[in-house]
Amino acid sequence: MSATPTAVQPVPRGGMTRLVGRRLTDWLPAAVVLVGGIGLWEGVIRAFHVQAFLLPKPSAIASTFWHTRHELWSAGWFTFQEALGGFAVGSAAAILLALVLARWRLLGSALMPYAIAANAIPIIAFAPITNTWFSPLNKSSKIAIAAVLCFFPVLVNTLRGLTSVNPRALELMDSYAAGQFEIFRRVRVPTALPFIFTGLRVATVLAMIGAVVGEYFGGTLNALGVRILTEARVSQFEEAWAGIVLACLLGIALYLAVAAIERLTLRWVPSTFE
Amino acid sequence: MSVVAITDVTKRFGGTTALQGIDLEIEKGEFVSLIGPSGCGKSTLLRIIGDLIQPTSGTAAVNGKPVRQARIDREYGIVFQDPVLYDWRTVAKNIALPLEVARWDRRKRAAKVKEMIELVELTGFENHRPWQLSGGMQQRVSIARALSFDPSLLLMDEPFGALDEMTRERMNMELLRIWEASASTVVFVTHSIAEAVFLSTRVVVMSPRPGRISNVIQVDLAQPRTATTREEPRFFELVTDVREALHLGHDLERAPA
Repeated sequence: MSATPTAVQPVPRGGMTRLVGRRLTDWLPAAVVLVGGIGLWEGVIRAFHVQAFLLPKPSAIASTFWHTRHELWSAGWFTFQEALGGFAVGSAAAILLALVLARWRLLGSALMPYAIAANAIPIIAFAPITNTWFSPLNKSSKIAIAAVLCFFPVLVNTLRGLTSVNPRALELMDSYAAGQFEIFRRVRVPTALPFIFTGLRVATVLAMIGAVVGEYFGGTLNALGVRILTEARVSQFEEAWAGIVLACLLGIALYLAVAAIERLTLRWVPSTFE
Repeated sequence: MSVVAITDVTKRFGGTTALQGIDLEIEKGEFVSLIGPSGCGKSTLLRIIGDLIQPTSGTAAVNGKPVRQARIDREYGIVFQDPVLYDWRTVAKNIALPLEVARWDRRKRAAKVKEMIELVELTGFENHRPWQLSGGMQQRVSIARALSFDPSLLLMDEPFGALDEMTRERMNMELLRIWEASASTVVFVTHSIAEAVFLSTRVVVMSPRPGRISNVIQVDLAQPRTATTREEPRFFELVTDVREALHLGHDLERAPA
């Protein structure tokens, strides 16, 4: 070729530091909204003398959160382990089943309509049932409901990813005389990864919901859901809200952890460098 | 022995006959273009040679073997209009993919990838991602990948169809250089008369409904072809021959039975 080839874009360098630095400025508007929102909340409650049972002041919740941090953390860690266990079990089972269904398509077309339908039913309604399958006092009952909640979105997304391969890519693999295993390993699974992570991110939220709501139907006292429920019953609203805040923080932490793994795994996706 | 031997091949999709009674022999070292209007079955014929689809009747052989066996023996490199590169792999790793599938050891693989990168003149872009390259560069990666495992036959389905005219002409030159360097046989599907004449040793003109070979034109332009080949009187004569053959095929189609 006569002309010198030129790249459209340079190879991005700098790794995580650069990405994080970029994110900080991106987050500034959102941080302003957060601080402003909390300020407004505090101001409205003080100005209109809103009763604590309706909505406590953020400052009161924060102070309770700090004073009860040891018991709160202990309960939160217990519940977080349930959520994490359910997330791991449910997601792993879903990914394995998706691989099987993508490999044997007849099985896939027989079972997929039910998986999609199951995605639409309120699985959390089964929480009292899993409490009776296992003892409500141990983690297994909450892990079970969190796992079932995580299972369907991960299954549906993974299967969609595994089957959304460019047909030309499969023909090329045929022309290299590649077997099914090679096609899965080198084409289908990498193609599916962004889809799998989308499913996993949805699942992190559901795992935390499953664990906390599962505890509403019974569990040990040292669990976040049980703690929120009992404090609210005895009108300790600041304590209940502190529990809710911790549940939110843990849920967000799990989500961000998965998002960070996604970012590291999918470095090749062009949008990572935007 | 012919590299490609197609004997009385017919292909039907449901009620429509995509190809009817195709006979075609391609010798080693030839560059054969298949040209014709949409629906003439030129891509179908290419896919039958590459064992991506099976003919309804008739036989297709490559290097004396049934096409299926030839595919398993990795006798073909295929290039589509879409370069089909993998974003999770660098340029070098994209080219190495067929070699990984064929279980070449790491050192042999690296040497071959280097050779291919040099062949398609992408030195310095080994570690780029496909989306960082222009369309023409992406297609060169695709060609390098198709040639990486030394297939005896290169099958190309409108590989430059998505490129602009200038890039396309440059890629034509590039492809001829690669063809000469790799001593492979090429079957090339195109819509462009000028491209077919410029590249080929032989142009196979096809006509639609049912898809069949209506004419075969030997291209007797001197080798190697250069930028001035396109300006020779003989080039224009051959372009006219192919155009007329295409229109004749078209008229046949409209003539009352």
